[in-house]
Amino acid sequence: MMQFMLLFSRQGKLRLQKWYVAHPDKLKKKITRELITTILVRKPKMCSFLEWRDLKIVYKRYASLYFCCAIEQDDNELLTLEIVHRYVELLDKYFGSVCELDIIFNFEKAYFILDELLLGGEIQETSKKIVLKAIAAQDLLQEEETPQGFFDDHGLG
Amino acid sequence: MPAVRGDGMRGLAVFISDIRNCKSKEAEIKRINKELANIRSKFKGDKTLDGYQKKKYVCKLLFIFLLGHDIDFGHMEAVNLLSSNKYSEKQIGYLFISVLVNTNSELIKLIIQSIKNDLASRNPIHVNLALQCIANIGSREMAEAFGNDIPKLLVSGDTMDVVKQSAALCLLRLFRTSQEIIPGGEWTSRIIHLLNDQHMGVVTAATSLIDALVKKNPEEYKGCVSLAVSRLSRIVTASYTDLQDYTYYFVPAPWLSVKLLRLLQNYTPPAEDPGVRGRLNECLETILNKAQEPPKSKKVQHSNAKNAVLFEAISLIIHNDSEANLLVRACNQLGQFLSNRETNLRYLALESMCHLATSEFSHEAVKKHQEVVILSMKMEKDVSVRQRAVDLLYAMCDKSNAEEIVQEMLNYLETADYSIREEMVLKVAILAEKYATDYTWYVDVILNLIRIAGDYVSEEVWYRVIQIVINRDEVQGYAAKTVFEALQAPACHENMVKVGGYILGEFGNLIAGDQRSSPTVQFQLLHSKYHLCSPMTRALLLSTYVKFINLFPEIRTQVQEVFKQHSNLRSADAELQQRASEYLQLSIIASSDVLATVLEEMPAFPERESSILAVLKKKKPGRLPENEIKETKSPVVTNNHTNNEPQTISSTSSADLLGLSTPTQPSSSSNTGGGLLDVLGDVYGHKPSAPLTSTIQPNTSNFKKFVCKNNGVLFENDLIQIGVKSEFRQNLGRLGLFYGNKTNVPLQSFVPNLLWSEEQSSKLIIQMKPVEPVLEAGAQRQQTINAECIDDYTDTPSIGLSFLYNNMPQKITFKLPLTLNKFFEPTDMNAESFFARWKNLGSTNQQRSQKIFKASGAMDLQAAKPKIIGFGMQLLEDIDPNPDNFVCAGIIHMRSQQVGCLLRLEPNKTAQMYRLTVRSSKESVSVEICNLLADQF
Repeated sequence: MMQFMLLFSRQGKLRLQKWYVAHPDKLKKKITRELITTILVRKPKMCSFLEWRDLKIVYKRYASLYFCCAIEQDDNELLTLEIVHRYVELLDKYFGSVCELDIIFNFEKAYFILDELLLGGEIQETSKKIVLKAIAAQDLLQEEETPQGFFDDHGLG
Repeated sequence: MPAVRGDGMRGLAVFISDIRNCKSKEAEIKRINKELANIRSKFKGDKTLDGYQKKKYVCKLLFIFLLGHDIDFGHMEAVNLLSSNKYSEKQIGYLFISVLVNTNSELIKLIIQSIKNDLASRNPIHVNLALQCIANIGSREMAEAFGNDIPKLLVSGDTMDVVKQSAALCLLRLFRTSQEIIPGGEWTSRIIHLLNDQHMGVVTAATSLIDALVKKNPEEYKGCVSLAVSRLSRIVTASYTDLQDYTYYFVPAPWLSVKLLRLLQNYTPPAEDPGVRGRLNECLETILNKAQEPPKSKKVQHSNAKNAVLFEAISLIIHNDSEANLLVRACNQLGQFLSNRETNLRYLALESMCHLATSEFSHEAVKKHQEVVILSMKMEKDVSVRQRAVDLLYAMCDKSNAEEIVQEMLNYLETADYSIREEMVLKVAILAEKYATDYTWYVDVILNLIRIAGDYVSEEVWYRVIQIVINRDEVQGYAAKTVFEALQAPACHENMVKVGGYILGEFGNLIAGDQRSSPTVQFQLLHSKYHLCSPMTRALLLSTYVKFINLFPEIRTQVQEVFKQHSNLRSADAELQQRASEYLQLSIIASSDVLATVLEEMPAFPERESSILAVLKKKKPGRLPENEIKETKSPVVTNNHTNNEPQTISSTSSADLLGLSTPTQPSSSSNTGGGLLDVLGDVYGHKPSAPLTSTIQPNTSNFKKFVCKNNGVLFENDLIQIGVKSEFRQNLGRLGLFYGNKTNVPLQSFVPNLLWSEEQSSKLIIQMKPVEPVLEAGAQRQQTINAECIDDYTDTPSIGLSFLYNNMPQKITFKLPLTLNKFFEPTDMNAESFFARWKNLGSTNQQRSQKIFKASGAMDLQAAKPKIIGFGMQLLEDIDPNPDNFVCAGIIHMRSQQVGCLLRLEPNKTAQMYRLTVRSSKESVSVEICNLLADQF
């Protein structure tokens, strides 16, 4: 099972974190910091897999973003790379050639999409069509609920 | 600002922009604090917020949290959002909770209520939201609250597919939190049959669940094997167009394939049904065949997905370890990957080949790739890949290639990365020892290790070379000569000085005939290093010097000079000062006979598993190093979970239990004159290794009777019988444990470990002689245990015995008959002095302990008598006016003191009760003796 997934930028800024095991916040921060530094110093042609504590780290860089997953000994590294890729494809499809900014400004959407793909650290639905359909259905529900607050809110928050 | 999708929250977007525009960390914090204050006031304010506003603020808090700031409010508002009837508000509420709420939050009850409502919703999107939340948090309370509903959702005919998928994974999460939630019985078959579901997504999710269930209860879920094989067979024979959206870059259902292959690794090859077995082999062959086909796409996604399935298939082939043909094909396939362009594939191929090297079918096939692997170790750009190559070389090493592989590893070590040096040193040391046919080669290798990577040579490694040299006469002269030469180097590593010092001290005489290494030369050579060394090494050298006085009387004065110099304030280190003065006195006072006896050559060390192996195992608990060829698993029906999960202990503790722990600070024994001389003898085992895990069940019932007797069968099951004989004198005890193998196969990795806390060990010192790691079929082996009572203690030490029976890890824990009463010396006295002492000792409460308890069985006073005598005290008859009462007296011997102890046991037949009173000069003794004896009646 996947224990967590982190998305961070080339500058080391964490953009998204999803934890499938419960850790105290302090430990999460420590792990995040450690992995970001470890991965950022690695060169492009290096292997995408790392041994880290008793877990396996699988990471891949897409443009300015690093996707990093921690999986258990039993899990398949190559397919984890493809989970990441499928996630990127989904984001791309949804946002229309996704960039880091989309994820920053719509982080909640990024989470919702991830929840459809992976649940409890295991792959839930690998079909791109089905996931996109589910997200579209969510959006539809949202739109039906007229955004009453939309007009009152002009950045005064 | 990029476009915001859905019903974007403008306020949130503005806030995020603001943060991004902050020029400095300070500015960002200022902006965040302003926002936090604003949100706080809104939440506290009199105006009720509408759902949209709540959602927006909760979302802002979430964003702030994700930036790395702590959030200590807003949870309640988030929980409120859960009960909103607007989906988007609900969704944000759930998101906040899954990211920010800990499983033990007080809010969990409220959350559970909201989830309940959503689970009951007719809208599957709402149901899924609730399921996702459970799967994200998965607390124990949730397991209790939803343990009934979710299995129903999973197997019910009218549940929609998307909900089924979430329910399967949700159940998996809850099962991981509390294993008892899975219903058995008819549910089992219904869950297994999800493997036949039409919807691939459902099957994929269900397979993850079933995999976890199988690990817990392989027998019950055995039916899944044939279904999994059929499903797999349908996938691998499908063309990529058949599975539509479940085909990923021309690979049919890679996720499901991998999951099914993984699931099958929980079982041994299905033997009872040759049809299933044949079908499975066909699948595996097909997968291997497909690997040879030209790629259908140049995209890396295609190759990754295809190879992910291939590697998983190879894992299964290795796991089954029964089809020679498949194993060799797998090996050839991996061999091709070793020179693939993709670093990832090379890495995985090296890793997977490590496992192949341990199968007798493919070990030879792996060896064919030795050259490429050596090249990988030297040439790979990425250290993690080089590390894998080292692992593989280690795994493929055997008698035939050991010299070459060890030499290559030594060569590489000169330039190896710091991060892998220590592990490499251990590996080289292990291989050199294991495959040495000629121990001069072994000595050369270890000295080379010290020369090349001295800093990474741990104590265990240099202790080990000394043990081996001491145990093997034929290599001693060579070792002395070689260390002598090595020490000639102007800058040699301190570890070299240690080994050299020790070996010359023992065997310097063997090379003293040669003028170039005469006693004086040896001594001067060693002493020239003295000032460059740490106190610990200096201490060792001083011991070497005193041994020199014995070996070479002609240099006595020279050595004594050095002792004189260091026996005073010039040696700031007290240990060194003391050693120097004691050795000096010894050399002055003792006659040459006495000297020869005191400084006699060290006795041989008991043969034992290399302690280095244990260190290596400890270093990599997740990935046990392997250099063992497994025996073939014959394809018999085993109802058992395979070799990967020891039944009673967690894998990490097993690594520890295997370890023969080394005291971290060996020089701590510095208060005894022998100091470092003892170090080598003490390396092992008197520190208890791992803490007892709760699952280990000490076999107490049988143990009870050993409080009152010294010999008998301590433990017995179908595999093994453990007997004990013991004798005690004063504060010393000696136990002989007899391990009898009742089976007709050898018990491997046979390791008894002492379980006795450090604190307790200071009160009762236990020394165990090690035993051979293999207990042959039908054989019996004795292990001697020495005990010394220092101070009074409670309870008694246990032995955690682990071994492999047919490759199945076994674990037995039993207590040693070493309770405090064993150190009793019976004392006779007359009535007068008994009562005088009794009265005396009873004056303060601290000294007595009393228990009144119900008889556990019939009150047979005749039977009680031998028990009391066996307890170790003197039974004083005709002293108590009541003939039914027992009174006893004894002295407990401890190193620190002797404690006199009186006891009176008063049976009350009518009430079927006993009253037991113990009086002694030490309260803790009274209490423990009282507890021990009370337990007997």
